[in-house]
Amino acid sequence: MNSDIYNEGQVVHQPTFIDGHSVDIPLLKILQQDGTVYEGAQLPEMDQELATKVYKTLAFHRVLDERMVASQRQGRLSFYITALGEEAASVGGAAGLKPQDMIMTQYREQGALMFRGFSLENFMNQMFSNAKDLGKGRQMPIHYGSKELNYMTISSPLATQIPQATGYAYGQKLQGLNAVTLCYFGEGAASEGDFHAGLNMAAVQEAPVIFFCRNNGYAISTPSDEQYKGNGIASRGVGYGIKTLRIDGNDILAVILATQTARAYALKENAPVLIEAMSYRLGAHSTSDDPSGYRTREEEEVWQANDPILRMKNWMLKQKWWDETQDTELFEQYRKDILAAVKVSEKIDKPHLDTLITDVYDVPPLHLQKQFEQLKEHINKYPDAYPFTAGKF
Amino acid sequence: MAQMNLLHAINSALDIAMQENDRTVCFGEDVGHFGGVFRATSGLQEKFGKARCFNTPLVEQGIIGFANGLASQGSIAIAEIQFADYIFPAFDQIVNEAAKFRYRSGNEFNVGKLTIRAPYGGGIAGGLYHSQSPEAYFAHTPGLKVVIPRNPYQAKGLLLASIRDDNPVIFFEPKRLYRASVGEVPEEDYQLPLGKAEVVTVGNDITLLAWGAQMEIIEKAAEMAANDGISCEIIDLRTILPWDIETVVNSVLKTGRLVVSQEAPLTAGFASEIAATVQKECFLHLESPVERVCGLDTPYPLALEKEYVADHLKVYEAIKRSVNY
Ligand SMILES: Cc1ncc(C[n+]2csc(CCOP(=O)(O)OP(=O)(O)O)c2C)c(N)n1
Ligand SMILES: [Mg+2]
Repeated sequence: MNSDIYNEGQVVHQPTFIDGHSVDIPLLKILQQDGTVYEGAQLPEMDQELATKVYKTLAFHRVLDERMVASQRQGRLSFYITALGEEAASVGGAAGLKPQDMIMTQYREQGALMFRGFSLENFMNQMFSNAKDLGKGRQMPIHYGSKELNYMTISSPLATQIPQATGYAYGQKLQGLNAVTLCYFGEGAASEGDFHAGLNMAAVQEAPVIFFCRNNGYAISTPSDEQYKGNGIASRGVGYGIKTLRIDGNDILAVILATQTARAYALKENAPVLIEAMSYRLGAHSTSDDPSGYRTREEEEVWQANDPILRMKNWMLKQKWWDETQDTELFEQYRKDILAAVKVSEKIDKPHLDTLITDVYDVPPLHLQKQFEQLKEHINKYPDAYPFTAGKF
Repeated sequence: MAQMNLLHAINSALDIAMQENDRTVCFGEDVGHFGGVFRATSGLQEKFGKARCFNTPLVEQGIIGFANGLASQGSIAIAEIQFADYIFPAFDQIVNEAAKFRYRSGNEFNVGKLTIRAPYGGGIAGGLYHSQSPEAYFAHTPGLKVVIPRNPYQAKGLLLASIRDDNPVIFFEPKRLYRASVGEVPEEDYQLPLGKAEVVTVGNDITLLAWGAQMEIIEKAAEMAANDGISCEIIDLRTILPWDIETVVNSVLKTGRLVVSQEAPLTAGFASEIAATVQKECFLHLESPVERVCGLDTPYPLALEKEYVADHLKVYEAIKRSVNY
């Protein structure tokens, strides 16, 4: 038995509550909105080259989101999810890692994959569920994944990746890899049982995993004050005995610094870290959602003034690492590239009929092969009813 | 009578249930002020207050665990799971708790006042996590009732019956039909019986059986068969558990043939249970083997949804195979 269950706290002789809000959690801020750094603030390890890459990724993210929402409105794409206003969390997290680190995400962290270099074509092919999609056209748009880039394929059921990240990180430790796992999730998903299971196991099993909570104030229509009580998600980390940081999620320097610090700690101590990044979901939950049914414009406007990309740009300008002409050209170029890529990807064929039955198992079992043969006969009989696959197998 | 779509019909049933008993409570993710992501609980919080219609934290096991406690206390608990695909974190609370509450306590306690609503099914380009039809998992669990309506009229009457039934009921709503299916629905209170299938169309040559959104599919196949001079008897099972063996068996004794169709994969789907029972009860009357037209034994696809689904053409082919056996 662990004698630590008798804590060394003060002994009292009257019932004395500890208040549920009594955990005091500092908020890390490095960069101000005008691009100046707070006095005495520690800076992440970042040279001009890395900073430029981070900024370009943020810009690309913003333009891709804009363009894909437009494509969805035009009926070219079935569904999309933007990360408007919280791009710094995903891009900065990836920037604070090493390429060998695994990233597991929820769905609003495409910025991490962009930073890792997932090509525009790969993004498009996934969204258009075509024959070139790495995921073989099986998941809704934005469920990306890449083995090569150490980015675990996204799963829609929320929070399932959290205990998986613990297991993955444990495996990395066991194998002696110089690598950690970073796991993103929303403050809504942090209500799921899997969140609690994942954190507790990470602490007990001593897994080098960084839990990265994007607290953006909403889970679809549910505001965070109807999601949890107490001092945010960070206080949960404290409860599980996990080193915890709370940061300004719209502050790219804070995100990178926190991730770099967490990574170093997780690797050195073989222990998990929880980061809670405070931000705001400026856009709709997804293209299927309209936030005007549950929140006000005024509320949104407050956060529009907190744009993380503009904040980084202001800093880059002050550093003289970037100028306005470059900026205009970059955004213009991305718009052109993305439009062109949409036009190519949407015309690529659907995946081959075989992809219906492959990957269910390593090898399709006999009963499934038989069902498949019957399906092919059926399609041959009614080719007009199955225009995407008839005559193509 | 009013014209209602399936969502309005559900909303109307919930409204009546909340009106008639102030211990009726509706809750789930985004169910409160917003009225649910499909808007099935729209207006209920305004009308009945935050204590009786509310958002829960995002935790399905919590929602159903809470609902079990609430129902065991004697309140009428109507829990929404946002998509049937996301019911599995609550599997333990449903299968080990709700279903066995009465049995294990010698009926000292029960959760008969629990109803779980969840949109289910495909045809909406939702891929593997927004299209599943998980009824068979729950049909394998004694103690539960499982109900699936095919249209707005059925939805309102069956939901009211489910809420008032003194057993835990899982009520799966065909989300493809939420707005697409519109029909005459009485504004007042009415109930349709649980455990009773409905003969929707009388016919002589073959029995077609389905439930939920799949009813439209078999009706379309029956029209095609009618052009070939085949007369189909069409049955909506309505309640999956406990199912109406009598109505189905009587029909097959008459027609000698059965095609069962479901959206879910073939193996161990509820169609298999029906086929086994019918071959036993109707063995000497069967003119051909019972046909099951189902999804393939794979997860629900996205790009190749059209090829995967048990569509009317596949049902039509099964009808012909059965008749020409
Ligand atoms: C297990 C499960 N339950 C419900 C859903 C439906 N759902 C998808 S996203 C979402 C809200 C998630 O909110 P949060 O975790 O805060 O992430 P955010 O969308 O704010 O980035 C819900 C309820 C789901 N995908 N999985
Ligand atoms: Mg959120």
